[in-house]
Amino acid sequence: MIKAYKKPTMKFIIALFLIILLSFGACLYLPWWSIAIVAFIVTAIMPLKPYAAFLAGFFALLLLWGGLSWWISNGNENILAHRVSVLILKNDNPVLLIIVTALIGAVVGGFAAFAGSYVRPRIQKV
Amino acid sequence: MRIVPFIITAFSTILLIVIFNTRWLVPAPLGILLSPQHGVWQNAEPADADFNAILRFDGLKATTQVYIDDRLVPHVFAENDEDAFFVQGYLHAKFRLWQMDFQVRAAGGRLCEVLGATSGTTDLLNAADRYFRRLGMVYAAERSLSLMESDPVTKPVISAYTAGINAYISGLTKSSMPIEYKLMGYKPEPWTNLNTALFLKYMSYDLASFESDFEYSAARNAFSKVIFDKLYPLVQDSADPVVAKGTVFDQPANKPMPPATVDSLYLTFNPDSMSFPVVPQKPDRDNGSNNWAVSGSKTKSHYPILCNDPHLGLNLPSLWFEMQINTPGFNVYGASFPCAPGVIIGFNDSCAFGVTNGGRDVRDYYTITFKDDTKKQYRYNGEWKDTDFRIERIKIKGEADFLDTVAYTVFGPVIFDEKYNNRNKDGKNYAVRWKAHDASNELKTFYELDRSKNYLDYVRASGNLHTPGQNIVFAAKNGDIALRAQGEFPAKWKRQGDFIMPGTDSTYMWQGMIPMSENPQMFNPARGFVSSANQVPADTSYPYYLGAAYPPYRGLIINRELSAMQDITPSDMMRLQTSNYNIFAEFMVPLLLKAVKKPVSGQAAKYWELLKSWKYNNDPDEKGATVFAVVYDSLKAVIWKDELAPLQKYLVPSESTLLEGLLKDSAFVFLDNVNTSEKETLEDDVLLALEKAMPVLVAADRENKLEWWKFKDTRVTHLTRIPELSRLHLNNGGSSYSVNATKATHGPSWRMIVHLAPETEAYGIYPGGQSGNPGSKFYDDFVDHWAEGKYYSLWVMTPQDFKNDRIVAKMSFSR
Repeated sequence: MIKAYKKPTMKFIIALFLIILLSFGACLYLPWWSIAIVAFIVTAIMPLKPYAAFLAGFFALLLLWGGLSWWISNGNENILAHRVSVLILKNDNPVLLIIVTALIGAVVGGFAAFAGSYVRPRIQKV
Repeated sequence: MRIVPFIITAFSTILLIVIFNTRWLVPAPLGILLSPQHGVWQNAEPADADFNAILRFDGLKATTQVYIDDRLVPHVFAENDEDAFFVQGYLHAKFRLWQMDFQVRAAGGRLCEVLGATSGTTDLLNAADRYFRRLGMVYAAERSLSLMESDPVTKPVISAYTAGINAYISGLTKSSMPIEYKLMGYKPEPWTNLNTALFLKYMSYDLASFESDFEYSAARNAFSKVIFDKLYPLVQDSADPVVAKGTVFDQPANKPMPPATVDSLYLTFNPDSMSFPVVPQKPDRDNGSNNWAVSGSKTKSHYPILCNDPHLGLNLPSLWFEMQINTPGFNVYGASFPCAPGVIIGFNDSCAFGVTNGGRDVRDYYTITFKDDTKKQYRYNGEWKDTDFRIERIKIKGEADFLDTVAYTVFGPVIFDEKYNNRNKDGKNYAVRWKAHDASNELKTFYELDRSKNYLDYVRASGNLHTPGQNIVFAAKNGDIALRAQGEFPAKWKRQGDFIMPGTDSTYMWQGMIPMSENPQMFNPARGFVSSANQVPADTSYPYYLGAAYPPYRGLIINRELSAMQDITPSDMMRLQTSNYNIFAEFMVPLLLKAVKKPVSGQAAKYWELLKSWKYNNDPDEKGATVFAVVYDSLKAVIWKDELAPLQKYLVPSESTLLEGLLKDSAFVFLDNVNTSEKETLEDDVLLALEKAMPVLVAADRENKLEWWKFKDTRVTHLTRIPELSRLHLNNGGSSYSVNATKATHGPSWRMIVHLAPETEAYGIYPGGQSGNPGSKFYDDFVDHWAEGKYYSLWVMTPQDFKNDRIVAKMSFSR
């Protein structure tokens, strides 16, 4: 019982971190939407239930894009985020810009991972 | 594989990517823009950014070290000129690339390529791109470039500069591109020498293309000669010329003579069209500046002090970039133009130099008669002469290219015709003769000024400056001061080029250029100072026609102050340079107050009292300054509109015309409203102006905006006018008639004071910041200090300072 509970959790965590790491690596060389390819491939290979795959992709990118933009903005004393949040969101709110950034990454990553999980046949109950 | 859910989720993913990658459903491609590793976040420069770098490029000859100080001013130490200009190009691009790209796009008529045919309510295609093409900007730049490239001095300079810019561009990635490219969705392209030439022509557009020929022609056709000369007089009594009154000028060997038909065909009413083309863009009439130098006889230290503040549009990123360049040949510090090599306004170990605009009219129009609609031939000196055609291809984002065929004549390009901006569709063709069409090598002016050691070097360097004509001020450590009204100007007969001229033969053409040796100049005058503030360069004894559109007032106050000053120190000069005293108001307000004999009652009384108690300072908190500005604006309309309104497009007579008219004659003829049977007096007009000004004043008062700084609302706007990238509502004073000539979007774009003591002491500031990146703390860090009238001490680094605490980074360039 404990084992059966632990196994998918471990897989979820591994998938989450794989997506984070590989997305970061891919975006050094490829366009931003390479995050979708990464999330898709990871969940296509790792056997995860569709909802778990979605959550892995979603939270991986939420953490990656949210974390990166927060870290960049913090180092920048939010100078850019103040200007750009007014420009794009019509609202002087650096935190909101970080949240929007994180959510865009998250929905794309989530749906790509969702799709990836359907490449494999249904996971058989042990 | 589970097909149905796979297709649904895969399709959703692709849809999301498309939405965030395009402008299809959302106004901006948010995925591209917000990806932390690609988009705008990459432009969020860390507050403690590390600018240290070791860079290697083929083509460099030796190692160049760049020390970057705590204001992000680079101090370049190069072994030779070419390396220095390569590195300058690299640094300009590193900090200002998008701005450089945008400026030359504007100059060369290529804005539509990246912005589309319209931007907001602006018809970019017709008001910007076609206009600059038809004005011959690219044609002019190509001609000057061939001169720059055939000159063994400037060819290596401009080429090294271009190579430096391209070295920076080739290292750019999508992530490291300036933010504006990301927001507007285009990419930088390689720099060319032509871009630098185009930028210099843009300065000629900004400074040497102001004219009112169509407006003057319309007025001439509408009024008698007597009235016309009163509206637009040729002489300003109040002006204190650049070169002091009483200076004796030699009579030239070849004085330009007016054609025989001038009275019958040109100066009086002409039965030609009453409706002229409209020039779509005109530079700000106040594109001017102040400069002066005081000799040791007037300073506390007994060494000269030189001051300069060029007044231009206030933009972010700033037109100026501050830097020091040190090579074995020269050591110069000052303000440079991103887009051009060298330092434009600055100082070296021997001397200092600065410029103000000459403001001479060097742009005239001729009517061209074509044989037929093909425009292949035109009438010239009794024959049909072949036209040259230049096809301008204007690329438009998202649309087919626009092809504009421009006819070139001996006078110049036909700028306005039935296809472009001729409101009458009367088939008239207007060719423009613009001095900037002539090839000239202004780059050499600054190349040589930067390394000038003495007065003779300065004279030689100045000789390269043809257009835009500038008053170049000079002061040297040996005590010399000088000022030259420099430029190559057409020698005109009286009123030549003020109106549209007949272009069927050569009789109305410019007959030649004024020899530069005959340009007004001063060298170590007895009064102990030289100065210029865009006023008329010389009095009427000057043997050539100078035109009339010069603003006299800043020149008056500067000369009055400098005459009275003794034991001058740099802080005295700062006080003068930032003075908000409005000398025009000093003359005008008492006239208005005296004219009104009836007590002002009702709501207006409060504002009238503010005006009465005002001491003519346009200081930030002065409410009287606001009342004067609004009432004077209203008075201008009351006095001039009845006469001029029947003209479709007219030039409001200058403030000196009004003031001098009132001073000379209290029954100034234009006071009377021609539409009423009564005979109005100045009192009637002032009271009416006050009444008409009330809604503006009451509204400002209600919004708590009666203080001058709030009413004037000075701002430094990003070149795209995007408010979020601009600095708005700055608390500062000044006016067009103050030495601090700060208006809403226009003003002192660089203030500099150089004390030429054995150890140079210099101060400067501009309303911007060294970085063009809105995500950098160096983007606008000078703006508030500038608005407060503060200065930075300009630090001329020496090799002994390499370990100084003010250095925050070192960049090394080598092969």
